[in-house]
Amino acid sequence: MYDLTIKHMPDEGGHFGEFGGRFAAETLMQPLKEIEDAFFEAWADPSFHEERLDLLKNYVGRITPLYHAKHLSAEVGGAQIYLKREDLNHTGAHKVNNTIGQALLARRMGKKKVIAETGAGQHGVATATVAAMFNMTCDIYMGREDIRRQAPNVFRMKLLGANVIPVDSGTATLKDAVNEALRVWVASCEDTYYIFGTAAGPHPFPLMVRQFHTVIGQEARAQCLEQTGKLPDVAVACVGGGSNAIGLFEPLQDDDIRLVAVEAAGHGLESGEHAAALAKGRPGIIHGSLSYLLDDEEGQILGTHSISAGLDYPGVGPELAAMMKSGRLDIDSATDADALQAFQALTKAEGIIPALESSHGLAAAMRIAAKMDKEQVVLVNLSGRGDKDLGTVMDLLGFHDEKA
Amino acid sequence: MMKNSLAQVFKRCEQENRAALVGYLTACDPDIETSEALMLALAQEVDILEIGMPFSDPMADGPVIQAASERALAAGSHMSDVFAIVRKVRLAHPEIGIVLMGYANVPYTMGFANFSEKAKNAGVDGVLLVDIPAEESAICAQVFKQYDLSQIMLLAPTSTQERIRLAAEVSDGFIYYVSLAGITGAEMGEVSHIKERLSLIRQYTKLPICVGFGVKTEQQAKSVASFADGVVIGSHFVSQITSNIGDKPAMLASLSESASVMSLSMARDT
Repeated sequence: MYDLTIKHMPDEGGHFGEFGGRFAAETLMQPLKEIEDAFFEAWADPSFHEERLDLLKNYVGRITPLYHAKHLSAEVGGAQIYLKREDLNHTGAHKVNNTIGQALLARRMGKKKVIAETGAGQHGVATATVAAMFNMTCDIYMGREDIRRQAPNVFRMKLLGANVIPVDSGTATLKDAVNEALRVWVASCEDTYYIFGTAAGPHPFPLMVRQFHTVIGQEARAQCLEQTGKLPDVAVACVGGGSNAIGLFEPLQDDDIRLVAVEAAGHGLESGEHAAALAKGRPGIIHGSLSYLLDDEEGQILGTHSISAGLDYPGVGPELAAMMKSGRLDIDSATDADALQAFQALTKAEGIIPALESSHGLAAAMRIAAKMDKEQVVLVNLSGRGDKDLGTVMDLLGFHDEKA
Repeated sequence: MMKNSLAQVFKRCEQENRAALVGYLTACDPDIETSEALMLALAQEVDILEIGMPFSDPMADGPVIQAASERALAAGSHMSDVFAIVRKVRLAHPEIGIVLMGYANVPYTMGFANFSEKAKNAGVDGVLLVDIPAEESAICAQVFKQYDLSQIMLLAPTSTQERIRLAAEVSDGFIYYVSLAGITGAEMGEVSHIKERLSLIRQYTKLPICVGFGVKTEQQAKSVASFADGVVIGSHFVSQITSNIGDKPAMLASLSESASVMSLSMARDT
């Protein structure tokens, strides 16, 4: 049922228009080329997909449902909101689509050890999970600050047998975890595979991670046609690095569908405390690719803020940057408060507790839907479930202070 | 415009039968004023001064140089301070080579032309950007050439012959060979392996080759100097700052002493 042709290819060097590329240290250039070659070779091999799709079906639980959120739509009073339920994947988010693919690739390349960075812990959990299943050694690099705010996921990774290595440098969040994972990989690339968690970084990661996530958009497109008899009018996804967004958008790019990327506006786009690289950043080079990022006038990368650790990243994938530049992608944002409100709204209306990351997409989708007709359809990627965020939300809603 | 002095430096060293000492410090570490004094002191002993441009996310650096970048940024370092330091060193030492090392986003954000003009005017000879490999070098190559700034490329133990050929085509001034697959300040690679790699690289280029990453002891410096055109010492010099934080005279003395020891070990026995 999946289309396995690779569409919207970057150029040979991994550039999407003026963005992307491979801005990596010399030591990593050959290991990256080896991954690129292995990826194209695997992608052309039917047995690779046979195993991958079997795992996606029987281990991850795909196809994920497309759910018509009737009650929420009625409350909003506009377009019909449909949720692509990536939260129902094994491990609770879309991230596992990618880690299954890359772990299979690592095994194919004969690597016995995998490393990964993680912010919210979702990619770390998804990596630790496949490492457990494939019996690979697994080290996860995670900022000290993120370890503090995502304790349940840290414990989950440890239960799965992964080493969680705290990163104290810089802002002790996702960007610093990527730096540290890159440093470790430089010294260990011979036997170690770096499972990069988002559709950013040096070529071939933006392309490869996208390809492993296109199942999201391909399924959603077919499901929407089947359930509503037409394509959605608008498709919405939250964006940190952008993997769930590009996974949804890539198969919809050539259709007449408005695509909306929703960034974390934190305390507000004008507050300086946000993670909105596309809306407020400018082109620059970080973590191996040229894309939009948040930096000061001399190129120092800025600290970011978001209620959700998964969106708390100063960069963004190069293909989304190219799509924005070409006018194919609209950029929207949601504040911490917007996300928290959407989090509660969906929970109460539909009995679905979304991740705070996905709540950003949902907040914007509700705003967009409110201005549309009842016959129109807004498709939202519900990229993850909210269990991991309950601690954060309890604090924010003052639940601890309430007397029983 | 000042003439690029890198070729002269290597020629001089060759005549004196020794390898060039390339000494690295991060600019504005531990603060702007002290850094200026440290750079002037180091410039006394080295043939090429490699000045690190502080960056928030130094992905290829080990803990010692990471900390140096953090100290510099915390001290309020700006690129104007980095260029001011270069200018002072250049005035005091017209004969040495001066190379700026760092990460792409700083010059990219400043604009490569703007960056190059300021660098050249301050007296910089070459630029080494860790995250601009040969494949991406077109992003700045023209501008650097226009300002007579050598674009120095790195090669590593993982570089294939195809990559060596590519880097040799692009590189100017010298080639920086990374002794090990790792970050700055790690353990140096096997000398026999480094030697082998250098012979291979020399099949593709006539440029001088400097070896760096992990050279810490006099012994290591001496053995690398016997076959390389230059030896880069970075983390070892930065460590002289780290171990004397708060005591500027001790910092200067310790740096000068270790630099002079390294300088002597550049001589080749014949």
